[in-house]
Amino acid sequence: MCSRTNLVGALAFIAAAAAAPALPAWLVSLATIAFANGLVVLGLVVLWRAGLVPFGQALFYAIGAYAVALLSRYAGWEDVFLLVAIGAAAAGIVAFLVGFLLARYRDIFFAMLSLAMSMILYGVLVKTQTLGSTDGFHVEAASFLGYAPHGQALNLMLFWLVLAVSAIAALLISLYFRTVAGALAVPVRDNEIRLEFLGISVNRLIHLKLVIAGVLAGLGGALAALAVAHVDPNMAYWTTSGGFVFVTILAGAGSVAAAFVGSFVFELVRSIAVDLVPGLWQLILGSVLLLTILFLPEGLGSVFHRLRRSPEKAS
Amino acid sequence: MTILSVRDLEKTFGSIVAVRDITLDVPAEQTVGIIGANGAGKTTFINMITGHLKPSKGTIRLEDRDITGWPSRAITRLGISRSFQMAQIFPSLTVFENMCAAAAASGLDGALMRVLAPLRSPATIEQANTALERFRIAPYRGALASTLPQGVRKLLDIAMAVVGSPRILLLDEPTSGISVEEKFGVMDVVMSALKSRRLTVLFVEHDMEVVARFADRVLAFYDGTVIADGAPALALADPRVQTLISGTKTDGQGHA
Repeated sequence: MCSRTNLVGALAFIAAAAAAPALPAWLVSLATIAFANGLVVLGLVVLWRAGLVPFGQALFYAIGAYAVALLSRYAGWEDVFLLVAIGAAAAGIVAFLVGFLLARYRDIFFAMLSLAMSMILYGVLVKTQTLGSTDGFHVEAASFLGYAPHGQALNLMLFWLVLAVSAIAALLISLYFRTVAGALAVPVRDNEIRLEFLGISVNRLIHLKLVIAGVLAGLGGALAALAVAHVDPNMAYWTTSGGFVFVTILAGAGSVAAAFVGSFVFELVRSIAVDLVPGLWQLILGSVLLLTILFLPEGLGSVFHRLRRSPEKAS
Repeated sequence: MTILSVRDLEKTFGSIVAVRDITLDVPAEQTVGIIGANGAGKTTFINMITGHLKPSKGTIRLEDRDITGWPSRAITRLGISRSFQMAQIFPSLTVFENMCAAAAASGLDGALMRVLAPLRSPATIEQANTALERFRIAPYRGALASTLPQGVRKLLDIAMAVVGSPRILLLDEPTSGISVEEKFGVMDVVMSALKSRRLTVLFVEHDMEVVARFADRVLAFYDGTVIADGAPALALADPRVQTLISGTKTDGQGHA
Protein backbone atom coordinates (compact mmCIF):
# COMPACT_ATOMS: atom_id res chain seq x y z
CA MET A 1 0.00 0.00 0.00
CA CYS A 2 2.70 2.47 0.94
CA SER A 3 4.67 1.83 -2.24
CA ARG A 4 1.49 2.42 -4.24
CA THR A 5 0.96 5.73 -2.43
CA ASN A 6 4.52 6.72 -3.26
CA LEU A 7 3.97 5.72 -6.88
CA VAL A 8 0.80 7.83 -7.13
CA GLY A 9 2.68 10.71 -5.54
CA ALA A 10 5.60 10.37 -7.95
CA LEU A 11 3.23 10.24 -10.95
CA ALA A 12 1.37 13.34 -9.73
CA PHE A 13 4.70 15.08 -9.29
CA ILE A 14 5.90 14.22 -12.80
CA ALA A 15 2.53 15.14 -14.33
CA ALA A 16 2.56 18.53 -12.60
CA ALA A 17 6.14 19.19 -13.66
CA ALA A 18 5.48 18.16 -17.27
CA ALA A 19 2.21 20.07 -17.59
CA ALA A 20 3.62 23.35 -16.27
CA PRO A 21 4.88 24.87 -19.58
CA ALA A 22 1.44 24.30 -21.13
CA LEU A 23 -0.46 25.88 -18.27
CA PRO A 24 -1.48 29.54 -18.14
CA ALA A 25 1.03 31.76 -16.36
CA TRP A 26 -1.38 32.72 -13.58
CA LEU A 27 -1.97 29.06 -12.71
CA VAL A 28 1.77 28.32 -12.52
CA SER A 29 2.29 31.30 -10.21
CA LEU A 30 -0.68 30.28 -8.10
CA ALA A 31 0.58 26.71 -7.81
CA THR A 32 4.08 27.94 -6.89
CA ILE A 33 2.75 29.96 -3.97
CA ALA A 34 0.31 27.21 -3.04
CA PHE A 35 3.00 24.54 -2.80
CA ALA A 36 5.42 26.85 -0.98
CA ASN A 37 2.67 27.46 1.57
CA GLY A 38 1.87 23.76 1.47
CA LEU A 39 5.28 23.14 3.03
CA VAL A 40 4.26 25.28 6.01
CA VAL A 41 0.99 23.37 6.24
CA LEU A 42 2.90 20.08 6.18
CA GLY A 43 4.77 21.29 9.26
CA LEU A 44 1.47 22.14 10.94
CA VAL A 45 0.25 18.62 10.15
CA VAL A 46 3.30 17.24 11.99
CA LEU A 47 2.35 19.29 15.06
CA TRP A 48 -1.39 18.81 14.72
CA ARG A 49 -1.07 15.02 14.85
CA ALA A 50 0.39 15.50 18.32
CA GLY A 51 -2.52 17.76 19.26
CA LEU A 52 -0.62 21.04 18.91
CA VAL A 53 -1.90 23.99 16.90
CA PRO A 54 0.51 26.94 16.69
CA PHE A 55 -1.03 30.34 15.91
CA GLY A 56 2.39 31.79 15.20
CA GLN A 57 3.93 29.59 12.51
CA ALA A 58 4.37 32.74 10.41
CA LEU A 59 7.37 33.44 12.66
CA PHE A 60 9.38 30.76 10.86
CA TYR A 61 7.79 31.56 7.49
CA ALA A 62 8.96 35.17 7.81
CA ILE A 63 12.42 34.16 8.99
CA GLY A 64 12.88 31.96 5.91
CA ALA A 65 11.59 34.74 3.65
CA TYR A 66 13.65 37.53 5.25
CA ALA A 67 16.81 35.40 5.28
CA VAL A 68 16.51 35.09 1.49
CA ALA A 69 15.62 38.75 1.00
CA LEU A 70 18.37 40.12 3.27
CA LEU A 71 21.09 37.92 1.82
CA SER A 72 20.14 38.81 -1.71
CA ARG A 73 19.87 42.53 -0.88
CA TYR A 74 22.85 43.09 1.41
CA ALA A 75 25.22 40.26 0.48
CA GLY A 76 24.26 40.08 -3.18
CA TRP A 77 23.80 36.32 -3.06
CA GLU A 78 21.71 35.01 -5.90
CA ASP A 79 21.83 31.23 -5.96
CA VAL A 80 18.35 29.95 -5.04
CA PHE A 81 19.57 26.63 -3.70
CA LEU A 82 21.92 28.33 -1.27
CA LEU A 83 19.36 31.00 -0.30
CA VAL A 84 16.58 28.50 0.30
CA ALA A 85 18.87 26.22 2.32
CA ILE A 86 19.94 29.12 4.51
CA GLY A 87 16.33 30.31 4.92
CA ALA A 88 15.30 26.83 6.09
CA ALA A 89 18.33 26.51 8.38
CA ALA A 90 17.75 29.93 9.94
CA ALA A 91 14.12 29.03 10.69
CA GLY A 92 15.24 25.66 12.05
CA ILE A 93 17.74 27.25 14.41
CA VAL A 94 15.17 29.72 15.72
CA ALA A 95 12.68 26.85 16.12
CA PHE A 96 15.28 24.90 18.06
CA LEU A 97 15.90 27.86 20.39
CA VAL A 98 12.28 28.87 21.02
CA GLY A 99 11.46 25.15 21.21
CA PHE A 100 13.02 24.95 24.66
CA LEU A 101 10.23 27.20 25.88
CA LEU A 102 7.38 26.23 23.52
CA ALA A 103 7.76 22.47 24.05
CA ARG A 104 6.73 22.91 27.66
CA TYR A 105 3.29 24.26 26.79
CA ARG A 106 0.15 22.64 25.46
CA ASP A 107 -3.25 23.56 24.04
CA ILE A 108 -4.23 27.22 24.06
CA PHE A 109 -1.09 28.20 25.99
CA PHE A 110 1.07 26.71 23.27
CA ALA A 111 -1.01 28.41 20.58
CA MET A 112 -0.88 31.82 22.27
CA LEU A 113 2.82 31.66 23.14
CA SER A 114 3.71 30.84 19.54
CA LEU A 115 1.45 33.69 18.41
CA ALA A 116 3.17 36.07 20.82
CA MET A 117 6.59 35.09 19.48
CA SER A 118 5.56 35.70 15.89
CA MET A 119 4.12 39.10 16.83
CA ILE A 120 7.43 40.06 18.45
CA LEU A 121 9.13 39.44 15.11
CA TYR A 122 6.37 41.39 13.36
CA GLY A 123 6.99 44.31 15.71
CA VAL A 124 10.73 44.21 15.07
CA LEU A 125 10.25 44.07 11.30
CA VAL A 126 7.79 46.97 11.25
CA LYS A 127 10.02 49.19 13.41
CA THR A 128 13.38 48.48 11.79
CA GLN A 129 14.31 50.61 8.82
CA THR A 130 17.14 48.35 7.66
CA LEU A 131 14.70 45.43 7.55
CA GLY A 132 12.44 47.33 5.21
CA SER A 133 9.97 48.55 7.85
CA THR A 134 6.25 48.33 6.93
CA ASP A 135 6.90 48.25 3.19
CA GLY A 136 9.37 45.38 3.22
CA PHE A 137 11.52 45.18 0.16
CA HIS A 138 12.01 43.68 -3.23
CA VAL A 139 13.86 40.37 -3.64
CA GLU A 140 16.37 40.52 -6.50
CA ALA A 141 15.95 38.05 -9.34
CA ALA A 142 17.52 34.72 -8.58
CA SER A 143 19.86 32.39 -10.37
CA PHE A 144 19.94 28.58 -10.55
CA LEU A 145 23.59 27.45 -10.34
CA GLY A 146 24.61 30.28 -12.64
CA TYR A 147 21.56 30.16 -14.91
CA ALA A 148 19.54 33.38 -14.43
CA PRO A 149 16.24 33.22 -16.35
CA HIS A 150 13.72 36.06 -16.60
CA GLY A 151 10.00 36.44 -17.08
CA GLN A 152 7.97 33.27 -17.55
CA ALA A 153 11.13 31.14 -17.73
CA LEU A 154 11.99 32.26 -14.19
CA ASN A 155 8.46 31.53 -13.03
CA LEU A 156 8.67 28.03 -14.49
CA MET A 157 12.06 27.37 -12.91
CA LEU A 158 10.73 28.53 -9.53
CA PHE A 159 7.66 26.32 -9.94
CA TRP A 160 9.86 23.30 -10.64
CA LEU A 161 12.05 24.15 -7.69
CA VAL A 162 9.06 24.45 -5.34
CA LEU A 163 7.61 21.24 -6.75
CA ALA A 164 10.86 19.34 -6.25
CA VAL A 165 11.32 20.64 -2.69
CA SER A 166 7.68 19.75 -1.92
CA ALA A 167 8.11 16.24 -3.29
CA ILE A 168 11.26 15.64 -1.24
CA ALA A 169 9.66 17.09 1.89
CA ALA A 170 6.52 15.00 1.38
CA LEU A 171 8.60 11.83 1.02
CA LEU A 172 10.76 12.59 4.07
CA ILE A 173 7.77 13.48 6.24
CA SER A 174 5.89 10.35 5.20
CA LEU A 175 8.98 8.39 6.27
CA TYR A 176 9.11 10.36 9.51
CA PHE A 177 5.50 9.45 10.30
CA ARG A 178 6.59 5.80 10.38
CA THR A 179 9.49 6.33 12.75
CA VAL A 180 9.12 5.98 16.51
CA ALA A 181 9.27 9.75 17.00
CA GLY A 182 6.74 10.39 14.24
CA ALA A 183 4.34 7.57 15.02
CA LEU A 184 4.16 8.51 18.70
CA ALA A 185 2.31 11.71 17.75
CA VAL A 186 -1.15 10.35 18.55
CA PRO A 187 0.12 8.90 21.85
CA VAL A 188 1.44 12.38 22.71
CA ARG A 189 -2.01 13.80 22.03
CA ASP A 190 -3.79 10.95 23.83
CA ASN A 191 -1.84 10.35 27.00
CA GLU A 192 1.42 11.96 28.03
CA ILE A 193 1.45 10.20 31.39
CA ARG A 194 1.66 6.78 29.79
CA LEU A 195 4.49 7.93 27.52
CA GLU A 196 6.49 9.34 30.42
CA PHE A 197 6.02 6.02 32.23
CA LEU A 198 7.31 4.20 29.18
CA GLY A 199 10.52 6.18 29.58
CA ILE A 200 9.82 8.80 26.89
CA SER A 201 10.44 12.53 27.26
CA VAL A 202 7.31 14.02 25.69
CA ASN A 203 8.82 17.51 25.69
CA ARG A 204 11.78 16.30 23.69
CA LEU A 205 9.50 14.58 21.15
CA ILE A 206 7.56 17.83 20.79
CA HIS A 207 10.78 19.81 20.52
CA LEU A 208 11.81 17.66 17.56
CA LYS A 209 8.41 18.23 15.92
CA LEU A 210 8.80 21.99 16.44
CA VAL A 211 12.16 21.98 14.69
CA ILE A 212 10.77 19.93 11.78
CA ALA A 213 7.78 22.25 11.45
CA GLY A 214 10.08 25.28 11.75
CA VAL A 215 12.37 24.06 8.96
CA LEU A 216 9.38 23.37 6.71
CA ALA A 217 7.93 26.82 7.40
CA GLY A 218 11.33 28.38 6.72
CA LEU A 219 11.52 26.49 3.40
CA GLY A 220 8.04 27.66 2.51
CA GLY A 221 8.84 31.27 3.40
CA ALA A 222 12.12 31.26 1.49
CA LEU A 223 10.44 29.87 -1.64
CA ALA A 224 7.49 32.23 -1.30
CA ALA A 225 9.88 35.20 -1.07
CA LEU A 226 11.49 34.12 -4.34
CA ALA A 227 8.14 33.44 -6.01
CA VAL A 228 6.59 36.78 -5.02
CA ALA A 229 9.95 38.61 -5.33
CA HIS A 230 8.98 40.66 -2.31
CA VAL A 231 8.90 40.35 1.49
CA ASP A 232 6.99 42.45 4.01
CA PRO A 233 6.14 42.23 7.72
CA ASN A 234 2.71 40.78 6.95
CA MET A 235 4.50 37.48 6.42
CA ALA A 236 4.99 37.40 10.22
CA TYR A 237 1.53 38.74 11.09
CA TRP A 238 -0.94 36.56 12.95
CA THR A 239 -3.42 36.50 10.07
CA THR A 240 -0.75 34.73 8.01
CA SER A 241 -0.41 32.12 10.76
CA GLY A 242 -4.21 31.91 10.89
CA GLY A 243 -4.28 31.25 7.16
CA PHE A 244 -1.96 28.27 7.59
CA VAL A 245 -4.14 26.88 10.37
CA PHE A 246 -7.17 27.41 8.11
CA VAL A 247 -5.56 25.39 5.32
CA THR A 248 -4.48 22.68 7.79
CA ILE A 249 -8.08 22.22 8.90
CA LEU A 250 -9.18 22.23 5.27
CA ALA A 251 -6.53 19.64 4.36
CA GLY A 252 -6.71 17.42 7.45
CA ALA A 253 -3.87 15.61 9.17
CA GLY A 254 -4.56 12.29 7.48
CA SER A 255 -1.94 12.38 4.74
CA VAL A 256 1.11 14.21 3.50
CA ALA A 257 -0.33 14.93 0.05
CA ALA A 258 -3.38 16.58 1.61
CA ALA A 259 -1.24 19.50 2.82
CA PHE A 260 -0.37 20.41 -0.77
CA VAL A 261 -3.78 19.64 -2.27
CA GLY A 262 -5.43 21.64 0.53
CA SER A 263 -3.09 24.55 -0.02
CA PHE A 264 -3.72 24.48 -3.77
CA VAL A 265 -7.52 24.34 -3.33
CA PHE A 266 -7.29 27.22 -0.86
CA GLU A 267 -5.32 29.43 -3.23
CA LEU A 268 -7.53 28.48 -6.16
CA VAL A 269 -10.79 29.20 -4.33
CA ARG A 270 -9.37 32.44 -3.00
CA SER A 271 -8.19 33.70 -6.35
CA ILE A 272 -11.42 32.72 -8.12
CA ALA A 273 -13.48 34.27 -5.33
CA VAL A 274 -11.46 37.50 -5.40
CA ASP A 275 -11.96 37.60 -9.16
CA LEU A 276 -15.70 36.96 -9.17
CA VAL A 277 -16.87 38.72 -6.02
CA PRO A 278 -14.03 40.98 -4.83
CA GLY A 279 -15.92 42.19 -1.75
CA LEU A 280 -17.10 38.80 -0.57
CA TRP A 281 -14.16 36.45 -1.05
CA GLN A 282 -13.71 35.90 2.70
CA LEU A 283 -17.35 34.85 2.89
CA ILE A 284 -16.79 32.27 0.17
CA LEU A 285 -13.61 30.91 1.80
CA GLY A 286 -15.41 30.73 5.13
CA SER A 287 -18.27 28.79 3.54
CA VAL A 288 -15.83 26.36 1.95
CA LEU A 289 -14.22 25.71 5.34
CA LEU A 290 -17.63 25.32 6.98
CA LEU A 291 -18.74 22.82 4.35
CA THR A 292 -15.46 20.92 4.71
CA ILE A 293 -15.86 20.68 8.47
CA LEU A 294 -19.48 19.55 8.09
CA PHE A 295 -19.02 16.99 5.34
CA LEU A 296 -15.33 16.03 5.55
CA PRO A 297 -14.49 16.47 9.22
CA GLU A 298 -11.11 14.85 8.67
CA GLY A 299 -10.30 17.28 5.88
CA LEU A 300 -9.87 17.02 2.12
CA GLY A 301 -7.25 14.33 2.66
CA SER A 302 -9.90 11.92 3.93
CA VAL A 303 -11.29 11.76 0.37
CA PHE A 304 -8.11 9.95 -0.73
CA HIS A 305 -8.30 7.67 2.26
CA ARG A 306 -11.84 6.70 1.41
CA LEU A 307 -10.88 6.04 -2.19
CA ARG A 308 -7.86 4.04 -1.11
CA ARG A 309 -9.68 2.02 1.49
CA SER A 310 -12.53 0.87 -0.75
CA PRO A 311 -10.46 -1.18 -3.26
CA GLU A 312 -8.58 -2.71 -0.34
CA LYS A 313 -11.80 -3.94 1.17
CA ALA A 314 -12.77 -5.54 -2.11
CA SER A 315 -9.49 -7.42 -2.51
CA MET B 1 19.26 -9.85 47.41
CA THR B 2 17.55 -6.52 48.02
CA ILE B 3 16.44 -4.79 44.85
CA LEU B 4 14.47 -1.90 46.32
CA SER B 5 15.19 -0.22 49.61
CA VAL B 6 13.32 2.65 51.16
CA ARG B 7 14.53 4.67 54.15
CA ASP B 8 12.49 7.10 56.30
CA LEU B 9 10.25 7.99 53.39
CA GLU B 10 7.90 10.89 53.98
CA LYS B 11 5.54 12.93 51.85
CA THR B 12 3.65 15.98 53.01
CA PHE B 13 1.16 18.10 51.09
CA GLY B 14 1.12 21.39 52.98
CA SER B 15 0.21 20.48 56.54
CA ILE B 16 -1.11 17.05 55.57
CA VAL B 17 1.23 14.12 56.08
CA ALA B 18 0.37 11.56 53.39
CA VAL B 19 3.20 9.11 54.04
CA ARG B 20 5.66 8.98 56.95
CA ASP B 21 8.45 6.88 58.42
CA ILE B 22 8.51 4.14 55.83
CA THR B 23 11.61 2.00 55.95
CA LEU B 24 11.64 -1.34 54.19
CA ASP B 25 13.59 -3.59 51.84
CA VAL B 26 12.15 -5.62 49.01
CA PRO B 27 14.14 -8.67 47.89
CA ALA B 28 14.30 -9.40 44.18
CA GLU B 29 11.44 -11.44 42.73
CA GLN B 30 9.19 -11.00 45.72
CA THR B 31 5.50 -10.33 45.17
CA VAL B 32 4.31 -7.75 47.66
CA GLY B 33 0.65 -6.98 48.29
CA ILE B 34 -0.10 -3.50 49.62
CA ILE B 35 -3.33 -3.06 51.55
CA GLY B 36 -4.93 -0.19 53.37
CA ALA B 37 -8.03 1.98 53.40
CA ASN B 38 -8.50 4.88 51.00
CA GLY B 39 -6.17 7.72 51.94
CA ALA B 40 -3.77 5.45 53.82
CA GLY B 41 -0.88 6.48 51.55
CA LYS B 42 -0.57 3.44 49.26
CA THR B 43 -0.74 5.32 45.98
CA THR B 44 1.44 8.15 47.32
CA PHE B 45 4.03 5.51 48.23
CA ILE B 46 3.93 4.05 44.71
CA ASN B 47 3.97 7.52 43.16
CA MET B 48 7.17 8.33 45.03
CA ILE B 49 8.93 5.14 43.99
CA THR B 50 8.02 5.68 40.34
CA GLY B 51 8.99 9.36 40.35
CA HIS B 52 5.47 10.71 39.91
CA LEU B 53 5.89 12.55 43.24
CA LYS B 54 9.04 13.81 44.91
CA PRO B 55 9.47 12.60 48.49
CA SER B 56 9.60 15.34 51.15
CA LYS B 57 12.13 13.29 53.09
CA GLY B 58 13.95 9.97 52.94
CA THR B 59 15.63 7.96 50.21
CA ILE B 60 14.69 5.34 47.64
CA ARG B 61 17.38 3.06 46.23
CA LEU B 62 17.23 0.67 43.31
CA GLU B 63 19.99 -1.78 44.21
CA ASP B 64 22.88 0.55 45.01
CA ARG B 65 21.60 3.54 43.05
CA ASP B 66 19.87 6.41 44.82
CA ILE B 67 16.86 7.32 42.66
CA THR B 68 15.13 9.65 45.09
CA GLY B 69 13.38 12.46 43.23
CA TRP B 70 14.42 11.30 39.75
CA PRO B 71 11.98 12.06 36.92
CA SER B 72 9.62 9.22 36.17
CA ARG B 73 10.96 8.53 32.66
CA ALA B 74 14.50 8.08 34.02
CA ILE B 75 13.23 5.71 36.70
CA THR B 76 11.24 3.82 34.07
CA ARG B 77 14.35 3.46 31.93
CA LEU B 78 16.18 1.95 34.92
CA GLY B 79 13.57 -0.77 35.04
CA ILE B 80 10.82 0.34 37.41
CA SER B 81 7.51 0.24 35.58
CA ARG B 82 3.94 0.75 36.70
CA SER B 83 0.28 0.47 35.89
CA PHE B 84 -2.37 2.85 37.12
CA GLN B 85 -5.60 2.78 39.07
CA MET B 86 -7.19 4.48 36.06
CA ALA B 87 -5.74 2.55 33.11
CA GLN B 88 -3.35 4.80 31.18
CA ILE B 89 -3.68 3.78 27.56
CA PHE B 90 -3.92 5.55 24.19
CA PRO B 91 -7.68 5.68 23.54
CA SER B 92 -7.58 6.65 19.86
CA LEU B 93 -5.30 3.76 18.90
CA THR B 94 -6.21 0.10 18.55
CA VAL B 95 -5.06 -2.42 21.14
CA PHE B 96 -2.34 -3.63 18.78
CA GLU B 97 -1.18 -0.07 18.07
CA ASN B 98 -1.10 0.60 21.81
CA MET B 99 1.17 -2.39 22.32
CA CYS B 100 3.41 -1.43 19.38
CA ALA B 101 3.74 2.10 20.74
CA ALA B 102 4.60 0.75 24.19
CA ALA B 103 7.09 -1.79 22.83
CA ALA B 104 8.82 0.78 20.63
CA ALA B 105 8.82 3.46 23.31
CA SER B 106 10.26 1.24 25.98
CA GLY B 107 12.94 -0.03 23.61
CA LEU B 108 14.44 3.45 23.36
CA ASP B 109 17.39 4.63 25.32
CA GLY B 110 17.03 8.26 24.29
CA ALA B 111 19.42 8.00 21.34
CA LEU B 112 18.32 10.04 18.33
CA MET B 113 18.92 7.25 15.84
CA ARG B 114 16.62 4.92 17.77
CA VAL B 115 13.89 7.56 17.73
CA LEU B 116 14.18 7.75 13.95
CA ALA B 117 14.01 3.99 13.41
CA PRO B 118 10.69 2.67 12.07
CA LEU B 119 8.13 2.12 14.82
CA ARG B 120 6.78 -1.06 13.34
CA SER B 121 9.96 -3.07 13.12
CA PRO B 122 9.56 -6.86 12.99
CA ALA B 123 10.96 -7.03 16.54
CA THR B 124 8.39 -4.53 17.85
CA ILE B 125 5.52 -6.33 16.16
CA GLU B 126 6.62 -9.65 17.58
CA GLN B 127 7.00 -8.18 21.05
CA ALA B 128 3.54 -6.64 20.80
CA ASN B 129 1.92 -9.86 19.60
CA THR B 130 3.61 -11.93 22.31
CA ALA B 131 2.42 -9.53 24.98
CA LEU B 132 -1.15 -9.59 23.63
CA GLU B 133 -1.15 -13.39 23.72
CA ARG B 134 0.40 -13.59 27.15
CA PHE B 135 -2.15 -11.21 28.64
CA ARG B 136 -4.97 -12.92 26.70
CA ILE B 137 -6.13 -9.74 25.01
CA ALA B 138 -5.20 -10.83 21.48
CA PRO B 139 -8.91 -11.17 20.55
CA TYR B 140 -9.23 -7.40 21.03
CA ARG B 141 -6.25 -6.71 18.78
CA GLY B 142 -8.07 -4.50 16.27
CA ALA B 143 -10.46 -2.81 18.71
CA LEU B 144 -10.07 0.86 19.55
CA ALA B 145 -8.76 1.14 23.08
CA SER B 146 -11.50 3.63 23.97
CA THR B 147 -14.13 0.94 23.40
CA LEU B 148 -12.63 -1.75 25.67
CA PRO B 149 -14.36 -3.20 28.72
CA GLN B 150 -12.77 -2.23 32.03
CA GLY B 151 -11.01 -5.56 32.63
CA VAL B 152 -9.35 -5.57 29.20
CA ARG B 153 -8.35 -1.94 29.67
CA LYS B 154 -6.58 -2.86 32.90
CA LEU B 155 -4.83 -5.81 31.29
CA LEU B 156 -3.70 -3.63 28.38
CA ASP B 157 -2.33 -1.04 30.81
CA ILE B 158 -0.35 -3.72 32.64
CA ALA B 159 0.81 -5.37 29.42
CA MET B 160 2.10 -1.99 28.22
CA ALA B 161 3.95 -1.49 31.48
CA VAL B 162 5.60 -4.90 31.21
CA VAL B 163 6.47 -5.05 27.51
CA GLY B 164 9.80 -3.31 28.06
CA SER B 165 10.91 -6.07 30.47
CA PRO B 166 11.16 -4.03 33.68
CA ARG B 167 12.74 -5.43 36.84
CA ILE B 168 10.22 -4.02 39.25
CA LEU B 169 6.54 -3.66 38.45
CA LEU B 170 4.14 -1.61 40.56
CA LEU B 171 0.45 -2.26 40.02
CA ASP B 172 -1.89 0.33 41.48
CA GLU B 173 -5.19 -1.45 42.15
CA PRO B 174 -5.03 -3.83 39.17
CA THR B 175 -8.54 -5.09 39.89
CA SER B 176 -10.34 -1.87 40.79
CA GLY B 177 -13.48 -1.35 38.78
CA ILE B 178 -13.65 -5.06 37.98
CA SER B 179 -16.53 -7.13 39.33
CA VAL B 180 -15.85 -9.43 42.29
CA GLU B 181 -16.34 -12.55 40.16
CA GLU B 182 -13.79 -11.43 37.58
CA LYS B 183 -11.08 -10.28 39.97
CA PHE B 184 -9.44 -13.65 40.39
CA GLY B 185 -9.54 -14.27 36.67
CA VAL B 186 -7.81 -10.98 35.91
CA MET B 187 -5.20 -11.52 38.62
CA ASP B 188 -4.61 -15.07 37.38
CA VAL B 189 -3.92 -13.76 33.88
CA VAL B 190 -1.61 -11.06 35.23
CA MET B 191 0.32 -13.31 37.57
CA SER B 192 0.74 -16.13 35.07
CA ALA B 193 1.87 -13.62 32.45
CA LEU B 194 4.44 -12.26 34.90
CA LYS B 195 5.63 -15.68 35.95
CA SER B 196 8.93 -16.79 34.47
CA ARG B 197 9.92 -13.13 34.07
CA ARG B 198 11.90 -12.93 37.34
CA LEU B 199 10.03 -9.78 38.22
CA THR B 200 9.62 -8.03 41.53
CA VAL B 201 5.97 -7.01 41.89
CA LEU B 202 4.29 -4.62 44.29
CA PHE B 203 0.52 -4.44 43.94
CA VAL B 204 -2.11 -2.41 45.72
CA GLU B 205 -5.29 -4.38 46.36
CA HIS B 206 -8.43 -3.97 48.44
CA ASP B 207 -9.63 -7.54 48.29
CA MET B 208 -7.99 -9.53 51.12
CA GLU B 209 -8.62 -12.86 49.43
CA VAL B 210 -6.79 -11.71 46.31
CA VAL B 211 -3.90 -10.50 48.46
CA ALA B 212 -3.77 -13.73 50.45
CA ARG B 213 -3.68 -15.78 47.30
CA PHE B 214 -1.11 -13.89 45.20
CA ALA B 215 1.25 -12.10 47.59
CA ASP B 216 4.41 -13.50 49.21
CA ARG B 217 4.38 -10.60 51.61
CA VAL B 218 1.86 -8.02 52.75
CA LEU B 219 2.41 -4.37 53.64
CA ALA B 220 -0.52 -2.94 55.56
CA PHE B 221 -0.80 0.85 55.33
CA TYR B 222 -2.70 2.92 57.85
CA ASP B 223 -2.61 6.70 58.25
CA GLY B 224 0.46 7.11 56.06
CA THR B 225 2.65 4.41 57.50
CA VAL B 226 3.12 0.65 57.52
CA ILE B 227 1.45 -1.01 60.52
CA ALA B 228 2.07 -4.61 59.53
CA ASP B 229 4.65 -6.22 57.28
CA GLY B 230 5.07 -9.93 56.79
CA ALA B 231 3.77 -13.12 55.23
CA PRO B 232 0.09 -12.82 54.23
CA ALA B 233 -1.17 -15.24 56.89
CA LEU B 234 0.59 -13.28 59.63
CA ALA B 235 -0.02 -9.76 58.38
CA LEU B 236 -3.67 -10.33 57.61
CA ALA B 237 -4.21 -11.93 61.01
CA ASP B 238 -2.68 -8.95 62.80
CA PRO B 239 -5.39 -7.55 65.09
CA ARG B 240 -4.68 -3.97 64.06
CA VAL B 241 -5.00 -4.89 60.40
CA GLN B 242 -8.27 -6.67 61.09
CA THR B 243 -9.80 -3.72 62.93
CA LEU B 244 -8.37 -0.87 60.93
CA ILE B 245 -8.21 -2.21 57.39
CA SER B 246 -10.17 -5.34 56.63
CA GLY B 247 -12.90 -4.22 59.00
CA THR B 248 -13.72 -7.81 59.93
CA LYS B 249 -12.24 -8.85 63.18
CA THR B 250 -13.72 -12.32 63.02
CA ASP B 251 -13.06 -14.13 59.77
CA GLY B 252 -10.78 -11.90 57.70
CA GLN B 253 -12.98 -12.40 54.65
CA GLY B 254 -14.03 -8.79 54.17
CA HIS B 255 -14.81 -7.63 50.69
CA ALA B 256 -13.71 -4.15 49.84
